[in-house]
Amino acid sequence: MGLVVLGLAVARGGIPVLDGLSFSVPTGSALILRGPNGIGKTTLLRTLAGLQPPLAGTVTGADEDAAYASHADGVKAPLSVTENLAFWAEVYGRNLPQDVFAAFDLEALRDRAAGTLSSGQTRRLGLARLGVIGRSVLFLDEPTNSLDAFSVRLFADWLRDRHLAAGGIAVIATHIDLGIDAPILELSPYVAAPDASGGSDEAFL
Amino acid sequence: MKALILRDLRLAIRAGGGFGLGLAFFLIVIVLVPFGVGPEAAVLRRIAPGILWVAALLAALLSLDRIFALDHEDGSLPLLATAPLPLESVALAKAIAHWITTGLPLTLAAPGLGFLLNLSPAAYPWLFGGLALGTPALSLIGTFGAALTVGLRRGGLLLSLLVLPLYVPILIFGAEAARRGGDGLEATVPLVFLGGIALGTLALMPFAAALVLRINLR
Repeated sequence: MGLVVLGLAVARGGIPVLDGLSFSVPTGSALILRGPNGIGKTTLLRTLAGLQPPLAGTVTGADEDAAYASHADGVKAPLSVTENLAFWAEVYGRNLPQDVFAAFDLEALRDRAAGTLSSGQTRRLGLARLGVIGRSVLFLDEPTNSLDAFSVRLFADWLRDRHLAAGGIAVIATHIDLGIDAPILELSPYVAAPDASGGSDEAFL
Repeated sequence: MKALILRDLRLAIRAGGGFGLGLAFFLIVIVLVPFGVGPEAAVLRRIAPGILWVAALLAALLSLDRIFALDHEDGSLPLLATAPLPLESVALAKAIAHWITTGLPLTLAAPGLGFLLNLSPAAYPWLFGGLALGTPALSLIGTFGAALTVGLRRGGLLLSLLVLPLYVPILIFGAEAARRGGDGLEATVPLVFLGGIALGTLALMPFAAALVLRINLR
């Protein structure tokens, strides 16, 4: 049925940043979020992923199938690449798929401690988590940070051929062209008025 | 949940982990006390239960701020929060991992170190039993405190201030059980109280910790 967002308003630190957002993403397709720094892309993705409650509006089709990938990779430096991925596989109750190493070009790094990887390699490991956990709705915050052009294409290929082709959904905040055929949502028109209601200290005034 | 406990234990014993920190602190305090108060056997015997308990409590406190801080720094915490594992289980798993890396070694080492303080022979089972019941409660309360202060830089001071008052009953009943046991008095009552505190924290603290984690993650 896809992801449906109706009249969503989100706040960061008690200050409303985006208001009146409505969009839908059908299964098997992606949506690219665009907007200048600070407009609330991360806040929107965190709200969609259920990490913070919306000020108003509803999100349907996400809760049980959603996975979130933030700026940070959540990679444990003392653990090896395989151990890092095996941990997430077990938390999500799945077996570690062996093809994920090839899909993210981690084959040669399997037994390296994650702390010795470069930032681009760490990022690939962080993204490989998405291939392990098998969630159908992905909320990706700047997934291509610190990736080179080759790795960006690798990730875009995985997203298109493995994830979206299998009926997955992805909402991606990014500044670069991923090479995925997806509509772009420009967030600038949805900036909340500075004095919009819903501030966190309202109850105390 | 098992995966998270095993991961935390693995992280603790690898380089840079916190394993052994609490135990080393405990050892140092117990070894230094006789130098500080003098070698009179009677004095040491009287203060031994209290010193052992205070040292164990501070050793447990030492590693509390690492429970969630590391996961917060590298961004694992929001990922864990969106995983199918409920945050209550995350908090309980963290408390169990903390207990295995600090509380359990302290409990096992305390009888040996009691010897250094001339602890009365009759007190050993009571000291061991008291620590076995009390240290899980220390870890559970500490997990709640760590969850409260997770987003704060240098939250360790605030964490100590929040958690220490909650540790006082455990200290009183634990030291009292060992003292009464050493004096040959009936000591089951403080031990039963300690068990009650441990079970109460086990029932409540994972939920409290998950609640404040959710608020801190917003």
